[in-house]
Amino acid sequence: MIRLGAVLPLIRLATLGVLAAGCRAEAQRDPGRAVTLLNVSYDPTRELYTAYNAAFAGYWKQKSGQTVTVSQSHGGSGKQARAVIDGLDADIVTLALAYDIDMIAEQAGLLPADWQKRLPDNSAPYTSTIVFLVRKGNPRKIADWPDLARPGIGVITPNPKTSGGARWNYLAAWGYALRQQGGNAVAARALVTAIYRNVPVLDAGARGSTTTFVERGIGDVLIGWENEALLAVKELGPDKFEIVMPSTTILAEPPVAVVDRVAKKHGTGDVARAYLDYLYTEAGQEIAAKHFYRPRLASVAAKYAAQFPKVSTFTVDETFGGWRKAQETHFADGGTFDQIYQPGGRLDGDRASR
Amino acid sequence: MKRHTVLPGFGLTLGVTLTYLGVLVLLPLSTLFLKSAGLGPSRFWDVVTAPRVLASYKLTFGAALAAALINAVFGLLVAWVLARYRFPGLALVDALVDLPFALPTAVAGIALTTLYAPNGWIGSRLAPLGITVAFTPLGIVVALIFIGLPFVVRTVQPVLQDLEAEVEEAAASLGAGRWQTFRRVIFPAVAPALLTGFALAFARAIGEYGSVVFISGNMPFRTEIAPLLIMTRLEQYDYAGATAIAVVLLLASFSLLLLVNVLQWFGRRRALA
Repeated sequence: MIRLGAVLPLIRLATLGVLAAGCRAEAQRDPGRAVTLLNVSYDPTRELYTAYNAAFAGYWKQKSGQTVTVSQSHGGSGKQARAVIDGLDADIVTLALAYDIDMIAEQAGLLPADWQKRLPDNSAPYTSTIVFLVRKGNPRKIADWPDLARPGIGVITPNPKTSGGARWNYLAAWGYALRQQGGNAVAARALVTAIYRNVPVLDAGARGSTTTFVERGIGDVLIGWENEALLAVKELGPDKFEIVMPSTTILAEPPVAVVDRVAKKHGTGDVARAYLDYLYTEAGQEIAAKHFYRPRLASVAAKYAAQFPKVSTFTVDETFGGWRKAQETHFADGGTFDQIYQPGGRLDGDRASR
Repeated sequence: MKRHTVLPGFGLTLGVTLTYLGVLVLLPLSTLFLKSAGLGPSRFWDVVTAPRVLASYKLTFGAALAAALINAVFGLLVAWVLARYRFPGLALVDALVDLPFALPTAVAGIALTTLYAPNGWIGSRLAPLGITVAFTPLGIVVALIFIGLPFVVRTVQPVLQDLEAEVEEAAASLGAGRWQTFRRVIFPAVAPALLTGFALAFARAIGEYGSVVFISGNMPFRTEIAPLLIMTRLEQYDYAGATAIAVVLLLASFSLLLLVNVLQWFGRRRALA
């Protein structure tokens, strides 16, 4: 027989648990009490959102009297999107590319398909660009995209099939070639193919590539996001690396969105929307700039002009007709990226899988 | 009339076992098959026989086989030392063997890459000899050896410990040489366990992802393992394609384990006969 004495504490615990759960549900509705948000983001925004969450909590407390705690989840952008599709209860997603949020809308229907029109600037409150990180003194004289295609140059960039960030790198090179005099798809394909022939290691993610370039000493140039490059130079010492800004590059727009269905279920819609709106305010933009993301707000951009040199950029929408199209043409099976690696340039038969 | 076996509780324990295995193993695996079935047979075939995927099978199975063979040899040696000799630090060495089990595989991958990269502690010494380990298939084998070692040691060691030293003494007193003793007495006794350890290490290596992606360099057709292709398909939200490749890996692993079990069964029958 089971002793009653052993069971009683369990029952008490269970009761407490039920009570606690009840309190939590209650708290979401009561503006005087605490509320919790989950922001599902991608890898390099960890420090940015740690700072931003503290600032927003202070702002929200003052505005509404409510205590808000924002939990963060970070990982590869695509992996994070799949987690949300599979049921991770994210009130907010802040990912590396719009395509990942498109998929959350399309495959799980958690937010409307036109989510990107709900906030200003394509729902990307801060931006970045794709730049080159080279070894100090730029010994291989790398100045622009064609230099990466020169024979004997080692180029480090992650695999665009596994890394959302790396897709920006790929499209940046492609778009550059399109925008040159007489530029067309043939020239773009030739340039991008030559660049990827120079890649000795295709890491699975952006941080892996940074490690390969910085710690392992492999390659002459790392293609990466400006915010990551600025961080690398700051962390690893400006005496080891320097940033080279190409003549033309892509405007990376990491988008943000409220996951409507989840926020509705949690009763957190208002605070979640306020959380994203605050990113566009002077205070929010200032935090983004401090963490090396380019602010949209002119006043903050002017203040950080020294950190972010002026550069000619193009967007995915204007050059590639949006992410869906870019994904189809370049990164889906049998797309231009796969063709680089097909022996004899042959298309593989597995395009059928889509 | 109900038949009673000597051991009570057969019905209950078997029921629990089947339910447990069903929920824990069979259910997730059957969803795998269901998901990939969405492709239809011809598309399934196209996905799993694409040239790039075929290249990755070759690499995955080749590297896993090489690593499991090396582990079988050196794992037997390690198990022998741990089972037969007493020396200071034995407990420490014994515990060391389990480390690859406990270590997160990504940590193992990063540590191995740091060591074997061209500027790493070992890699920089191998480079003048013209040997590159990191970012080549050789690096993949190194990572898989690391991951698989405990499987062989931990299956062989108890058998060796149970094998009385007297048996070897008896063989010697009957005139067997050392090599003869090993070949005719010790090896047949540990062979089934060694085979199991080999199969476990092999099967584990086929599915290994975390440690390998760091050291392999992930170059299409050269150092791209099959589990990485599963990940790239997931990254494209191609769940069905990803599960199709997974099903192939699963079936291969399962047939291998089944084959080993059948071999064991024949071995036992022969021993009894």
